[in-house]
Amino acid sequence: MNAPVVESEVKAVVAQAIENHGKTFDALIPILSEINHTLGYIPAEAIREVKKQIHGPTSNVYVSESRLYGLASFYDMLSTQPRGRHVIKFCENAPCHIVGGKAIWDALRETLELENGETTSDNKWTLLTTSCIGLCSVGPVLLVDDDMYGNVTVEQIPEILGYYE
Amino acid sequence: MPFYRSHVLVCADPECLEKGAHDVADALQDELVAQGLIDEIQVLETSRIGSCANGPEMMVYPEGVHYVGMTADDIPFLVEEHFLKGRIIEKFREVHKAIVDEELGPLRPKEVRVVLRNCGEIDPMNIEDYLAVDGYQALGKVMSEMTPELVIDEVIKSGLRGRGGAGFPAGKKWAITRQVQDGPKYMVCNADEGDPGAFMNRRVLEGDPHSVIEGMIIGAYAVGASYGYIYCRAEYPLAVETLNVAIAQAREFGFLGDNILGTDFSFDLEVRVGAGAFVCGEETALMASIMGQRGEPRPRPPFPSVKGVWDKPSNNNNVETYANVPQIILKGADWFASMGTERSKGTKTFAVGGNVAKPGLIEVPMGITLREIIFDVAGGIKDGKQYKAVQTGGPMGGCLTAEHLDLPLDYEALSQAGSMMGSGGLVVMDESSCMVDIARFFMEFTQAESCGKCTPCRVGTRRILELLEKICDGKGEPKDIDMLEDLCHEVAQNSLCGLGQGAPNPVLSTLKHFRHEYEAHVFEKRCPAKVCRSLIRYEIQAPTCTGCMVCARNCPVEAISGERRQAHHIDIDKCIRCGICMQVCNFNAVLVES
Repeated sequence: MNAPVVESEVKAVVAQAIENHGKTFDALIPILSEINHTLGYIPAEAIREVKKQIHGPTSNVYVSESRLYGLASFYDMLSTQPRGRHVIKFCENAPCHIVGGKAIWDALRETLELENGETTSDNKWTLLTTSCIGLCSVGPVLLVDDDMYGNVTVEQIPEILGYYE
Repeated sequence: MPFYRSHVLVCADPECLEKGAHDVADALQDELVAQGLIDEIQVLETSRIGSCANGPEMMVYPEGVHYVGMTADDIPFLVEEHFLKGRIIEKFREVHKAIVDEELGPLRPKEVRVVLRNCGEIDPMNIEDYLAVDGYQALGKVMSEMTPELVIDEVIKSGLRGRGGAGFPAGKKWAITRQVQDGPKYMVCNADEGDPGAFMNRRVLEGDPHSVIEGMIIGAYAVGASYGYIYCRAEYPLAVETLNVAIAQAREFGFLGDNILGTDFSFDLEVRVGAGAFVCGEETALMASIMGQRGEPRPRPPFPSVKGVWDKPSNNNNVETYANVPQIILKGADWFASMGTERSKGTKTFAVGGNVAKPGLIEVPMGITLREIIFDVAGGIKDGKQYKAVQTGGPMGGCLTAEHLDLPLDYEALSQAGSMMGSGGLVVMDESSCMVDIARFFMEFTQAESCGKCTPCRVGTRRILELLEKICDGKGEPKDIDMLEDLCHEVAQNSLCGLGQGAPNPVLSTLKHFRHEYEAHVFEKRCPAKVCRSLIRYEIQAPTCTGCMVCARNCPVEAISGERRQAHHIDIDKCIRCGICMQVCNFNAVLVES
């Protein structure tokens, strides 16, 4: 998902996000979400670019970098740190916990040799827990990028991970 | 009309089309003709089976087999194996997809579906399906024969209360918003369903989005609002997509936009997607997030009905509340009020999870007892175990025990028992759950989700969690239980918003009903449910052990010793209590003690 980010690319991504969502205060979260989705995370350059680009002759919007950083760090789905090519999000909430989620979580951590929030050294995987994604009737549930897997068992983990390059 | 023995649905979503879904469908059609099966097997193109990322994909009925990732070249093989030889091809089979229908099956005993009545019955992506089941007729009735005051009176008379959990009468809220002399006014729909285990609103948004939109338009007419926001959490991508399609279709049909149904009433609506913050379910935090700020709550009053989005009067209700409105208008307040108890009317959706035989989504009339919900609707406790407790109201709710099973479902009755209605998560626990561990678990959640604005919640939840961890670790001291209780009261009384005020509830309710479990952890260093790792030990029963060595081979830390055909032994000092030996033993010779 995210190779090292080039500055010119950041500029273009930010410009596109601002064009899609507009130069208004209430567009800030959608803009940051789009940058996060495209680049995999929100680098510091992107925050500087948003500040620069959103304020112009056609808009009265002035936002500080600290406000933007405040947003990026507040919301769980926005990341200020680079992430791996594939992000595994595991649901560790009560309904999944009760039906055996802990064993899956332990197996994921052992298989990938990662703790929550870490990325493998080859940048392939980032392991995260997620807030409840509401698929509780088929728990335990995990997400790989945007793909959902339900009723996961420990035995299925190598198979699921094998789908991703 | 021909009868087919099998139907194949090939996904024709843009993503699948790009991956060659058309070629696959054509190849399939050709191959079925070539094999002489075309009169027996029907090929249909459909939208959204759900695994476009692995596409092309197809669903084969009646078996319900989901195939993905095949190309046109694979089709002859697929037809021969599946349709001629009747063998399912594992290599194309999509594994473990979450299937939405596992959530909402056929009507269960004692269920009454009002909000969920269309879910799974109509195509949510097609407004005409909704129109065919009386969709937008309530709006027509409102616009042609009712004044805003009449609408509000009808909703007040129905007794509809906020389904987000707090239970404020919806009609009264509308009346307050209407009375405020300021404008423009906004309608807000709280679709930030964050309680773990609660997915009722997601299902309504994905299965019947127009009922929510229609409810909001009626509400907007009643309170005099001109614009609306549906704030939906980003964890529900399908709900966001469905809503956007539904809003566009409603606009096309003239139910949204300028001069709705030819009147001078205008109202439009947009979806706002969250970015992952549980606290945004709190109404003032939600509105801050809509305005592009950190989702931090502020003190109330002023309530959003007076000062909400952009400091203007904003009427905020939850998804389920709005979805009830069209039915109330169409069938009348008396019909709605005929269901339920004196102060809690209508139905309530619940997501039942945990150790029940039939988990999933249900909708039951208010006034039904918890016993009926757990044992009649949800099929009782799984695997013949004993019922122990039920957590209602999510992480801010409380645990209720066997003595509460005959409580009627009613806002006041649940609060008096130390829990709350909440938005509708219902986690049922059997005898194998440790209540201290459960309390620790919920606290871990609220502590992580505390936004940090006010000190009682930010620091208090952390301190409560530390105490619970200490107790679960077997390091609890006698004074800890009282300290825990005091701390919980402090946090509940002094926090700014519902998150902090409710966070101690799971601890307080388990302390009230299961104090003996806390005491066992602290005074006897024992976990009665045998869950807390530091307080349990695994033992091999010598008479039952056959010396097969399976446990010894699987033990990750080589803590098990013993010769073949001789009873084995676990070295307690080496054991990390992972429980693998117990899982792999074929003779039930490994026991856990506390």
